[in-house]
Amino acid sequence: MVRSEKRGVRIMPLRVMDLDKEEYVLPGNPSCPGCPASLGLRMLGKVLGPKTVLVIPASCSSIIQGVYPKSSIKLPLLNIAFAAAASTAAGIAAGFEAQGKSDINVVVWAGDGGTVDIGVQAISGAAERGDNIIYVCYDNEAYMNTGIQRSGATPFGAWTTTTWTGKKRWKKDMPSIVVAHKVPYVATASIGYIMDFAEKLRKASKYKGFKYIHLLAPCPVGWRFPPNKTIHIGRLAVRTGLWPLYEVEQGVFKLSPICMPLLKKENRIPVIEYLKLQGRFKHLREEDVRRIQEEVDELWDNIRRKLEDARC
Amino acid sequence: MSTIKILTGNYAVAWGVKLSRVKVIAAYPITPQTTIVEKIAEFVENGEMDAKYLMVESEHSAMAATIGASATGVRAFTATSSQGLLYMHEMVWWASAARLPIVMAVVMRALAPPWSIWNEHTDLMDQRDTGWLITLAENNQEVLDSIIMSYRISEHEDVLLPSIVGLDAFILSHTLEPVEIPGQDLIDEFLPPRPPKPFTLNPENPITHGGIVTPEYYMEFRYLIEKGMENARRLIVEVAKEYKNITGRWHGDLVDEYKCSDAKILIIVAGATAGTCKEAVDVLREKGFNVGVLRLRYIRPFPSSIVRERVSSVKSVVIIDRSYSFGGGGIIGADVASSIYGSNGGPLIHDYIAGLGGRDIGVREVERIVEETVRAMESGEKGIKTLWFDLKREVLE
Repeated sequence: MVRSEKRGVRIMPLRVMDLDKEEYVLPGNPSCPGCPASLGLRMLGKVLGPKTVLVIPASCSSIIQGVYPKSSIKLPLLNIAFAAAASTAAGIAAGFEAQGKSDINVVVWAGDGGTVDIGVQAISGAAERGDNIIYVCYDNEAYMNTGIQRSGATPFGAWTTTTWTGKKRWKKDMPSIVVAHKVPYVATASIGYIMDFAEKLRKASKYKGFKYIHLLAPCPVGWRFPPNKTIHIGRLAVRTGLWPLYEVEQGVFKLSPICMPLLKKENRIPVIEYLKLQGRFKHLREEDVRRIQEEVDELWDNIRRKLEDARC
Repeated sequence: MSTIKILTGNYAVAWGVKLSRVKVIAAYPITPQTTIVEKIAEFVENGEMDAKYLMVESEHSAMAATIGASATGVRAFTATSSQGLLYMHEMVWWASAARLPIVMAVVMRALAPPWSIWNEHTDLMDQRDTGWLITLAENNQEVLDSIIMSYRISEHEDVLLPSIVGLDAFILSHTLEPVEIPGQDLIDEFLPPRPPKPFTLNPENPITHGGIVTPEYYMEFRYLIEKGMENARRLIVEVAKEYKNITGRWHGDLVDEYKCSDAKILIIVAGATAGTCKEAVDVLREKGFNVGVLRLRYIRPFPSSIVRERVSSVKSVVIIDRSYSFGGGGIIGADVASSIYGSNGGPLIHDYIAGLGGRDIGVREVERIVEETVRAMESGEKGIKTLWFDLKREVLE
């Protein structure tokens, strides 16, 4: 492994055979069919391994772990109040450091509500202080655990049980908010590209300081699609350009290889192909779809500019 | 070697924390607590204290980070006041229910609006139901000693509940008094490193902490907190005695008594006001009033049996309450009244703790509760009694 200030961590690509064979999310857990959160958490265990401590604020994962006296999670896990995940993890990291235990990954596994809404103050604090934790937001774009209410991460136009005619505001750009804190590592990922997520997790674990991964987690229940389509929807979100995969390593923006072709508009699948598969968008009018498409095109113009600036 | 320094109450807290060899501090500034966190920051920065200091962005995060640190098995500390304590309140509950032996200093200050930075106890009293042991100091020496004793009590395996040390805003926090600082070697012997517990966060033993509990078991978790609280009554006395043996100082245990033995009038009070009351007692006794002071050193656990005993031998009681429950009355007043209930008649009261965490209370349960109470009444039982209804004994054992 080579560490360089400019280029960040360079490591050999992760292969499936490199993953831990142990299961850290046990079968028989109460997640819904097609649940992206349990898929992501399973991968997290396989990448980071047994020397990992999880902090989970109120979220679907409070349920997925099962009911006392049983647990489906085979890692030390501290459940914590909704707004408190990042600061609790910071305290855990400090506690281990005070004991000279430097080889334990302290990881927050939080939903979008616990991250972009109620958790944002604690995240900002931990990011600014540079607390040595990995924060993963699994973003299913609404408060799914409480019954599909809108969150700051709900996209424009989406139906939820508190936006019956579709959300009127755009999705909060949380990764950029974290980037503004000048942390060593920020990345976006999608459940549709699980090995890309794995790679980013591994990379995050190599850095000291505050690391943030925002994982898009298509939820069959809340997004209204069949449970066997989770991966497909997760891929379409990326390939339509709606959810670009990238890293910001030591402040340097890098588009993930899967997304390089998407810089050309003709390589991007029209957003309608993504929207039409999900019940939450079924009420959208043509002009709404056009607005979303324009927003995506503008997003990619910005990405292209960002890459050109980086090259200059 | 002990030394005497002239310290404010806040600096006495910082010295207590330093002597306790706390490993993680997380705190956020608020008047009049600020000089505590400033002094500790100085201790950490100049290397006098070997600790991690998290300067968090809010009190909610201060307690969250303290919880996280304590969950790894180290000694952790925070301090706050007033609005900060209320902002932290959600996590104050979390700390005790997670059975983490944290110690927190609370510089007791009034709540807004209107803004006030001055002293009263309502902010602290607002935490009285949270499952924390709560002690209020009378002077700066007691502040320092209570921080150290609190870790010993909280960390005991029969207790495992956090402690608040309350000190009055400005009256103690910013007032200089001579304080004897015990030698580190003495305190190291009295307070060894925190004993390792099987349920700290440990990759060798992956345990899920605080997951969902159904109505089947929740109530037993709550009962165990109460049991810890009851055990603390014994530990508070034992630890105070032991501390006296090594330092020669006695601040009282659950209570602190002043001229109570022959008193006909009893002043019941908590915190620094007790010092003033003791002074007043001397003046009043000269005027022929037979007065004594019963200082509640702890308000949780509440020293009910001592209060009942002392009150039964006097003709009148004066309570000085620096807090209030709107629509309810003085807070210490209510606790004192319920402690002495039944000593002069009145119907039998059975206070049933039932239905916690969603456990069902049906018509049959109510029938049983009433029948049980009637049987107790017929057998001559009097006064007030708290009963936990339908606990699963097999789970508790």
